[in-house]
Amino acid sequence: MPMNVLVCVKRVPATAGQITLTPDAQEIDTRYLGFTISPHEECAVEEAVRMIETHGGSSTVLTLGPEAAVDQLRDAMALGIERAILLETDGREWDPVATAAAIVEAIEAERAAGRSYDLVMFGNESADSAGYQVGVRVAGTLDLPCVTGIKAIEIDQGRAAVRRQTESGWETAEVALPAVLTVKEGLNLPRYPSLPGRLKAKKKEIERITPHWQDGGLEKIRLKLPVQAEHKVEILGKNGDVGAEMVEVFQRLRLL
Amino acid sequence: MSVSGPPAQARVVVIGAGIVGNSMAYHLAQQGWREIVLIDKGALPNPGGSTGHASNFIFLTDHSKEMTLFTLDSVRQYKALGVFTQSGGIEVARTAERVEELKRRMASSKAWGIDAELVSPAEVKRLVPYINEDIILGGFSTPAIGTVDSLRAGTLMREKAQAMGALTVVPSTEVVGIDVENGRVRRVRTDQGDIEAEAVVISSGIWSPRIARMAGASIPLSPAVHQMISVGPVPLFADTVGEIKYPIIRDMDTNGYERQHGGDLEVGSYDHRPILWEPDEIPAIGQSKLSPTELPFTKEDFDESLEHALELIPDILGDPSVGIRHAINGLLSLTPDGLPLLGETPEVKGLWSVAAVWIKEAPGIARCVAEWMTSGVPEIDPSGSDIARFYDHQKTRAHIRGRSAEGFNKTYGIVHPREQWESNRRVRVSPFYEREKALAAVFFETAGWERPNWYESNKPLLAEYGDRVMPRRYEWDARWWSPIINAEHLAMRDRVGMVDLSAFAVFDIAGTCALDYMQKMCVVQMNLPVGRVIYTSLLNPAGGIKADLTVMRLGTNHFRVVTGGADGMRDRKWFADHLPEDEAVQLTDLTSSWATIGVWGPRARDLLQSITDADVSNEGFPFGTCRFIDLGSVRALASRISYVGELGWEVYVPFEQGARLWDAIWDAGQPHHIAPVGIGVYGTTGRLEKCYRAYGNELEQEFNLVETGLARPQVKPQDFIGKEAYLKQRAEPPAVTLCTLTVDDNTSRSGFKRFMMGREPVLSAQGKRIVDRHGRGSYVTSAGSGPSVGKTILMTFLPPEQAKVGTRLAVEYFGEQYPVTVAVVGPTPLFDPQNARVRS
Repeated sequence: MPMNVLVCVKRVPATAGQITLTPDAQEIDTRYLGFTISPHEECAVEEAVRMIETHGGSSTVLTLGPEAAVDQLRDAMALGIERAILLETDGREWDPVATAAAIVEAIEAERAAGRSYDLVMFGNESADSAGYQVGVRVAGTLDLPCVTGIKAIEIDQGRAAVRRQTESGWETAEVALPAVLTVKEGLNLPRYPSLPGRLKAKKKEIERITPHWQDGGLEKIRLKLPVQAEHKVEILGKNGDVGAEMVEVFQRLRLL
Repeated sequence: MSVSGPPAQARVVVIGAGIVGNSMAYHLAQQGWREIVLIDKGALPNPGGSTGHASNFIFLTDHSKEMTLFTLDSVRQYKALGVFTQSGGIEVARTAERVEELKRRMASSKAWGIDAELVSPAEVKRLVPYINEDIILGGFSTPAIGTVDSLRAGTLMREKAQAMGALTVVPSTEVVGIDVENGRVRRVRTDQGDIEAEAVVISSGIWSPRIARMAGASIPLSPAVHQMISVGPVPLFADTVGEIKYPIIRDMDTNGYERQHGGDLEVGSYDHRPILWEPDEIPAIGQSKLSPTELPFTKEDFDESLEHALELIPDILGDPSVGIRHAINGLLSLTPDGLPLLGETPEVKGLWSVAAVWIKEAPGIARCVAEWMTSGVPEIDPSGSDIARFYDHQKTRAHIRGRSAEGFNKTYGIVHPREQWESNRRVRVSPFYEREKALAAVFFETAGWERPNWYESNKPLLAEYGDRVMPRRYEWDARWWSPIINAEHLAMRDRVGMVDLSAFAVFDIAGTCALDYMQKMCVVQMNLPVGRVIYTSLLNPAGGIKADLTVMRLGTNHFRVVTGGADGMRDRKWFADHLPEDEAVQLTDLTSSWATIGVWGPRARDLLQSITDADVSNEGFPFGTCRFIDLGSVRALASRISYVGELGWEVYVPFEQGARLWDAIWDAGQPHHIAPVGIGVYGTTGRLEKCYRAYGNELEQEFNLVETGLARPQVKPQDFIGKEAYLKQRAEPPAVTLCTLTVDDNTSRSGFKRFMMGREPVLSAQGKRIVDRHGRGSYVTSAGSGPSVGKTILMTFLPPEQAKVGTRLAVEYFGEQYPVTVAVVGPTPLFDPQNARVRS
């Protein structure tokens, strides 16, 4: 049965080992960093592409962010997503309340235009602020069932059988569509973009909507870096002449 | 054992452990150096510089002999290390202009002794089954091309140097300062402690400018982005054993390449906009996602390259299952003139630069620089890459960025040998500049100077001389050229011409020991009467030719050296390096103090006499003398020599009086129909007819005075640098002799007359390479018109069997061989062989 899938993604800095902040402590210093979406969202995009390959229908990617977030939309389209919607902001940070409200507004506008989604997928949490909220808030407002932390999805007869991993094993659930799922890395192994995919995506149109800000959410005061542990490398020796010391270290680390 | 920081003492500290630093450590050890410290702020084996992301393939042919020799030596070394994989490589042409350029690359390959062939699209397809042969017109195929594992090569070289007991490797240690005392490097300061050292080698790639600045020196390079992606898995490559099976493709017309790397195909480009970085802006290791030299890929810059690559390799790149697995904006080094930055920095003794060096040439360059540091005499002549070549203005950020950006898109470009730079022009102008502009001079640049190459105002001379100007109808041959050059030449030989020579570099050597010093530096006798001017060579200790220049003796303890603008800074360093430490001799650079006009031609004396009371008759002012004379209200230093073989003088005046001098000569020249004459005559046609050699063309460290025909009958009794070697060279029959050839028939198959430009292979009449007993192939060192002799003139070094007047040979130019004849063996001029004119 053909289905309509919406994937929501967020443009975030592709961070390195060491993060630096801008002097005003409002942003991450991104001079040397590219931008990307989180690994969770990459899996959501891949899953959407596979669902449409299997079931037919159409896939859409949506993001809320600045003009530059078009890059992330095109990346998704290069992998096989058909449509892209940009909720274009002026670059300031949108908190989960405002973000979820804007996405809800967009989904409702889509429905009014005759396009309703059978499935809305989010990453379990964003790679930068990790609020774990937007997917849940969207589901709540739209009164849709929501399962979080998903690592496996099977679609059959208008229902989604999903699984998530817990410390003790796998939890399974079944929800009727339409539904909201927030997914985690490991759901699948995302593909790489092909050259034709990339070139096709470049020519595609991006649909743009100016979202409305909703008050009442979080306010960013400033960013603060966590204290980073000092790493010290100590070379014990070369080749096989330090067996005893190695054993000692392993014992200290309780590996033996 | 734990890491205890660097040793407190070293003979030499090599900063940067990429392919260059590792090669330097190894070759210094090979040359007998011990207590070598190799330091890098990153971890080994890949500390995060450009070596770590290089595509690691090696194409062999470059139009530059120096770069080709470095590359060939590097391949030999990589093979010996067992890290070279031969794959073959093909440069493909999509345009007719490129097909011609590939013929030129064939000629360069023959000149430097590389086996290559031009192949049809079908043959390219046979070698590279995944190429779209429908959009190419042909290829230039070199079977010996291959790829290397440059990180492994570096590790092996380090290990060899360590095995010799010569090397201490200090990774993860950052250089924070370099101390200089009395102009000499003393110590490298690091975040783990200081290292006292006699010598420091900066092989820090894109960071080199930053490191050099710590010592107050300049390494003029700019980090620039080279974009590269890796796509896979390619089904065709699934069963490839090792790294590469199919030839590497260079898609020259779109500035791209495609090369197999295991199961992937790497696609790289030099087509995008120049993206320059500043050395200080490069992220620290911890700040960068991959490495400091692998910056985030900017997709939009690469999109056009993707389309080009897809056109050429549709079978692989059009496969939707083949994905872009890796994409980077890799940083590499660009320089203002595209050549590396090698040698001791002119600012700091003992501080050596080995920068802007790519994988393909690194081990060869390292051997050269290690030899240079050890004996002063590298086997391969590095003059073109000598870091001492730059003038101060060429070390400014504006110049480096301007020229690097301009040069970037020439990486695979079709660069005409006479092509001029566009950025950062009009930096150095002579006092004659406005006059020259008014005469519609066409300016070429040398060392930042704007010099008229010819004057459009001389166009009427074309009618006067008709076909004697040897017109060129083939566009390539006529590019950056004008028949007016040859008309100016004839007008000068018939009447008189004036040439702006202000680009000369001028140094005064003075002091109580000036004579002894000049004796040591120069081959010819310097104990001349005051008022003599003489041409001399300078040798390196092995008897290779280091410089050629003229010297005026202006006083007992006062010499004035005049050398070419392009060579000026290298020559100045050579002189400065040999100054006695007690300051008994001083060198003063007067380049910016003196403006110079050459006045030459049969009427030069009449002209000069009309504006001076001085006796300028042959008796009153003989050839080879110089003195101050008054020309109207200007007091000028006149020097009776000539590089164009005519009666006349070089006239030097204080810079601010230049315009006055110009006007005086110009006005006095009108009755004689004086022509302003450009460097096209001075540098090419005039000198070639006289068989005068030029530094960088005929004269280089690879050749000696006997071979170049510059050995004089007598050797002075005084000692001079290179004397011992020179005496030995004189005692042996030369391996080659510099000869002058004339082209018998320059009509091509297409019916056009063609005109060589230099660096073409000189072949036997049967088309075979001519190689001397040292393995050096014959090639055209200089080429140009000889309007007074009505022939195209070529110079070349020939072994004894061919170096006989009348020997018929062939020169390959754009895929055709033209018959040529040896006209002169040795230095006898083709025009006016008795030198009657200069001495008249």
